[in-house]
Amino acid sequence: MAQYIADGIILGATLALGAIGLTLTYNILRFANFAHGEFLTFGAYFALALAGVLSFGPNLGSLTFGWSFLLVIVLAAALTAGLAILLDVVVYRVLRRSDVAVALVIASFGASLMLRNVVVFIWGPQPDYYSRAIAIAHPILPGVRVTTDEIFVVVLAAVLMVALHLFLTRTRMGKAMRAVSDNVLLAQVTGVNVANIIRLVWIVGGGLAAVGGIFYGLTVQLIPNMGFNLILPMFAAAILGGIGSVYGAVLGGLVIGLAESLSVIWIDPGYKPAIAFGLMLLMLLVYPSGLLGERP
Amino acid sequence: MSEAALSVEEVVAGYVPGVDILRGVGLRVDPGEIVTVLGPNGAGKSTLIKVVAGLLRLRSGSVRLFGEDISSLPAHRMMARGVGYVPQTQNVFAKLTVEENLEMGAYVNTRAIRRGIEQAYALFPDLQRYRRHAAGRLSGGQRQMVAIARALMLQPRLMLLDEPSAGLSPLLVGHVFDKVREVRDIGVTILIVEQNAKAALAISDRGYVLAEGQDRVTGPAQELLENPEVGELYLGARRGLA
Amino acid sequence: MIGILSYLVFFLIQALVYSIVALGLNLQWGYTGLFNIGVAGFFLVGSYTFAILSGPPYAAHLGGFGLPIVVGVLGAMAAAGLVALIVGIPTLRLREDYLAIATIGIAEVLRLIALNAKGLTGGSRGAQSIPRPFQDVIHSNLLNNAVYLLIVIAVVVVVYYALEAMVRSPWGRVLKAIREDEAAASSLGKSPTSFRLQAFVIGCVVMGLGGALNASFVGFIAPTDFMPILTFEIWAMLIAGGSGNNRGAILGSVLVWAFWTSMGSLTQSVLPSDLQVKGGALQIILIGIVLLAILMARPRGIIGEEAVVSREAQLGGGDGHD
Repeated sequence: MAQYIADGIILGATLALGAIGLTLTYNILRFANFAHGEFLTFGAYFALALAGVLSFGPNLGSLTFGWSFLLVIVLAAALTAGLAILLDVVVYRVLRRSDVAVALVIASFGASLMLRNVVVFIWGPQPDYYSRAIAIAHPILPGVRVTTDEIFVVVLAAVLMVALHLFLTRTRMGKAMRAVSDNVLLAQVTGVNVANIIRLVWIVGGGLAAVGGIFYGLTVQLIPNMGFNLILPMFAAAILGGIGSVYGAVLGGLVIGLAESLSVIWIDPGYKPAIAFGLMLLMLLVYPSGLLGERP
Repeated sequence: MSEAALSVEEVVAGYVPGVDILRGVGLRVDPGEIVTVLGPNGAGKSTLIKVVAGLLRLRSGSVRLFGEDISSLPAHRMMARGVGYVPQTQNVFAKLTVEENLEMGAYVNTRAIRRGIEQAYALFPDLQRYRRHAAGRLSGGQRQMVAIARALMLQPRLMLLDEPSAGLSPLLVGHVFDKVREVRDIGVTILIVEQNAKAALAISDRGYVLAEGQDRVTGPAQELLENPEVGELYLGARRGLA
Repeated sequence: MIGILSYLVFFLIQALVYSIVALGLNLQWGYTGLFNIGVAGFFLVGSYTFAILSGPPYAAHLGGFGLPIVVGVLGAMAAAGLVALIVGIPTLRLREDYLAIATIGIAEVLRLIALNAKGLTGGSRGAQSIPRPFQDVIHSNLLNNAVYLLIVIAVVVVVYYALEAMVRSPWGRVLKAIREDEAAASSLGKSPTSFRLQAFVIGCVVMGLGGALNASFVGFIAPTDFMPILTFEIWAMLIAGGSGNNRGAILGSVLVWAFWTSMGSLTQSVLPSDLQVKGGALQIILIGIVLLAILMARPRGIIGEEAVVSREAQLGGGDGHD
């Protein structure tokens, strides 16, 4: 049982990071970006490509990677942030301005499909891994065994979330982001350059998603559909926590991660995404504004 | 003639192409004055203030701030030019704390935050007590104070208030307008757009009455209060408002 | 000659079956402004329900009740409608994006069930030997296909006129009113949510019909037939033809299907076999780009007259003009 909880937390770390970006773009840009899953995928695959090139130094302790991988993570996140902005400029902004009746939601769905296939085209459909090194699972509590990689993932996720919290509450840009998320018009009036903030949202959202994807690639595997397979749980996490609330996204991510992990006790693992879906529908029926969201 | 703080000349504007809400409005506000624009619903008061605040592009005419043409200045540059705007609705960041709202007021010049906050708490002592509360949780009257204080943070030369009494009880209305007078007393020129003619004129120096997108009547506040034409425009009866 | 004719018949049947699905989607998106991104899921429900009800007894999984084809079709439609209710009721009263998320979710969940519930659906192997009308009577393949084509054409015609009639009826007018000014419509006592739910369910029922016809024609189905790419195809058909226009939906289906299959044959014949999967990926990418280009060049599609203005676009123009 405790093992399932640990596994759930590890999955929750990935989901939380992905859900944060999703909830931010959903709130500020007012559309559900289905292509967000592909930020996870591309983050993971960028890291795969970079790790093939930038590989120096020994592995750190019992991690399956060394210092070079940390650099890889940063670079992959930056590249993914760039991809997010590119997507906005090339697809979303063009569609917004050209007054086409097709909603951005549909366009994001199409973009998601195409991006997945770009990954297949470049890397192929087979599963991939960052390293062939075998990760040994150590017992850390009675009945709980985790690999050092998994501990790294959870710790780094926590660090990132704290950093994000500080960014949002202590920096000028962070407060501006919250202001834009709260009241766009008033933010404009106070002199905030909303276009810049939107760019920042894509960067933060895309970057965090990339790290989430790398976490998943590290602890599970890389596969072109990985982001798409996680988009449903991520949406569920964002909705559960309350759209627009970063802390809600974190909470939601943990809850969904735990729920999916614990569900294998009773249900076939193939149905895991159905758990997230079911929870989401339930939430929408009963309390649509989410746990930490605004009252309806 | 000394330079006007705000000079609006022959402004034509609207939201929908082909439909003009403002059809040639003119007004001026001298430094240190409180001027109120009145008018029935649909006259264009809110539209006028949005044009001045840079939220709506004018189609013709001009808006000048201390002689400088700001007709095409967008809203997000106004604060830096010394124009503070308080919208009618949703005029605070509901999920940010009172103090964070004030900080946003100084967004374009964060070095002035401390000074701005001190001044804000001096003028609005209540705000200091609630400074860590989410602005959205405060009462209507308190929220209005936050909204005004936020616009004041960088000591604007001109402040624009869009229906400051909206949604407030008569007692609070008086309180708000008293505060507006205090703001003028520290050196801010003020343009108010208001439905509640009496309360606004009571603290104003001069007023304009807008009807169907044009300024119809103007004069010292007291005169407007007693002017039967104003009463007619408002109430359809030939008598003054006083 | 026979070969070409045979291929043409085959092609038209596929295209027209998809056009039925597109017509259903048009009711939801074109006339009601709903985002259904789970089209593949409702199609799946239709196909599998038909297979289970009308198929021969299966050793491997449930079903094969061998019921008459008509019963299977009706059952497929009902099942699709039921799923539509499950998804629609929690989400239609909320933001339109929530329906999009929920439909994408249900399509995935349904596909997972089809893949995992071997006892119900045959798992990854799917269901085989699904019957089609007159298969015992007419033995010539070409003739049988030709008859099937006639049947499908008849169904398309019926569905087309039925939808056109619905849209021009008082019910359809309320739908239009809700789309254009929701506040006014609800002040007249018409519940927007309930009307949207009706449009959503009816659209999904039509999709289920398409699914049944598809299963009957092809004869065997598997979970891999119902991937998100199918949803994308149907949307492409609707967009290319012009959303909001039923004729556009039909024309768009034929055109996009022609384009799709020719792209498919092209990449298949040009690329060596070990690059086939990547070729498939490339095909999708190129189609997406072409679609986007069409969208930019002719935003209203090829026929489309009645462009849909989504609720987002309608919320412009300032508040409290005074």
